Amino acid sequence: MYINPIVIFFASIFTSNIVLTNFLGMCSYLAISRDLKSSWGLGQAVIFVMTITTILNYLVYKYILVPAELEYLRYIVFIIVVAAFVQLLEMVLERFMPGLYYTLGIFLPLITVNCAILGVALFMVIREYTFIQSLAYGAGGGIGWALAIVALAGIREKVDETKIPKGLQGPGFALIVTGIMAMAFIGLSGIANIQ
Amino acid sequence: MSVLITTSIITAIGVFLAALLTLAERFLLDYGICKITINGDKIYQVRGGNHLLGSLQEQDIFIPSACGGRGSCGLCKVKVLEGGGPLLPTETPYLTKEEIENHTRLACQVKVRNDIEILIPEELFSIREYEAKVVNFKDLTYDIKLISLQLKGDETIDFVAGQYVQLKIPVYGNIKEEVYRAYSIASPESNKKQIDLIIRRVPKGIATTYIFDYLKKGDTIFFNGPYGDFYLRDSQREIIYIAGGSGLAPIKSMLHKMIEEGIDRKATFFFGCVSGRDLYFVEEMKSFEEKLPNFKFIPALSNPNPEDNWLGETGLITEVVDRHISSDGDYEAYLCGSPGMINASIKVLRSKGIPEELIFYDKF
Repeated sequence: MYINPIVIFFASIFTSNIVLTNFLGMCSYLAISRDLKSSWGLGQAVIFVMTITTILNYLVYKYILVPAELEYLRYIVFIIVVAAFVQLLEMVLERFMPGLYYTLGIFLPLITVNCAILGVALFMVIREYTFIQSLAYGAGGGIGWALAIVALAGIREKVDETKIPKGLQGPGFALIVTGIMAMAFIGLSGIANIQ
Repeated sequence: MSVLITTSIITAIGVFLAALLTLAERFLLDYGICKITINGDKIYQVRGGNHLLGSLQEQDIFIPSACGGRGSCGLCKVKVLEGGGPLLPTETPYLTKEEIENHTRLACQVKVRNDIEILIPEELFSIREYEAKVVNFKDLTYDIKLISLQLKGDETIDFVAGQYVQLKIPVYGNIKEEVYRAYSIASPESNKKQIDLIIRRVPKGIATTYIFDYLKKGDTIFFNGPYGDFYLRDSQREIIYIAGGSGLAPIKSMLHKMIEEGIDRKATFFFGCVSGRDLYFVEEMKSFEEKLPNFKFIPALSNPNPEDNWLGETGLITEVVDRHISSDGDYEAYLCGSPGMINASIKVLRSKGIPEELIFYDKF
């Protein structure tokens, strides 16, 4: 069944949000969500990297791994491609777009090992997406991740002013909030479904 | 056969990406030779792409830094007039609003990518690296040593009494990285050939373990400096010195200065120790009292042992200070010791009506 790329794009933001339905990319999601500004910075970086690496991985998979019948090596190859791309991106930004480098630069190394990035590439393979579908899925996945972390950061900034039992402070509380957010997003599941 | 193909494809992908990155690094991160203009008149040529702190160090200009460029101490502040790029999120926690407005940056975070123009205090030019020989090693107490370093060749060092130097601890034993640690100079500033440092053993400390267990008389050691704005201010106020442990060092240097320059201000030195075995340099202080008629040395033990036969002051140094100084005097205070001792002492001094700007301290 061919799913319209536009449907994939919106579904991966709202109903199949990579954080809220798959719980991927949790480490940086929990660590950098203390204030809105840096979470938005990281969110932008993820949108950018996820879109481009999904495309790259699609090309590598389709034109190198499948013809050589090496599909089972995709885990290793995808991770290498993501790592190399992030490195390259850092250098290009530093040289040609210093402004952007200063906003995104410090977050880029964090993304290299973000499992949401790898997760999206792997789902793309499992769901047998075409090029356009992969593009939509990568961009939507990135935007969805950014949306989730910015929403969590907003909530955490508000909650910081109230008293939370000691054992729940920090990640504990963030995970509870994430769970409630995930349930809230179920309410949108009528829009589109790709899983 | 298929094993070979698999391996070669994986290798090919890896090699391709590695080559791409190496090429990119070669061409993208090569900033060529950049010019650093300091204070408008001194121009240095450096290879671009490194941090300002390191680039300046290569030119033998040492900006004070306690963390060695990790961006965690906030000491390496310089004014960058041009070419520093925008302020980084890693710098903002260490800068005040005023500093941001007058273009202050952290030298360890700013990268030299193009010609850059900076302002640094003129006295930093006298900060250099020195090579010295350990000529004397003396136990002052069970855990405090005095080491004397004689500069090699005909080198001399100009410093102001109260300043400190950073000793370079080389790689030794299990320690794989050079570290720098700051120690105050205890000797008179008139002696430009030799400096004395007073060092207290820190259990398992990287630097003190080296100094206590590895360093020998006759060894060569490197240090850079002098640093710091902890020095005697020119005024007529009565001086209060407060120190604990090895914090005696800069104050000893200041007392030498008072003798040499005939500064006859009223001065009291409160020296806090736990018990008799921590006391040292008592004889020297007695001789200072003879040479400086207005100087008084008050050692205090917080927990004297019976065998000390202690007749002097007892109690925490803050209690002793509290007993000895009045609330209506015109004082100026110099403190050197652990952060705990300094913070507690500042509280007492403030309660005696001494304004904050007249309390100078060196925390370590």
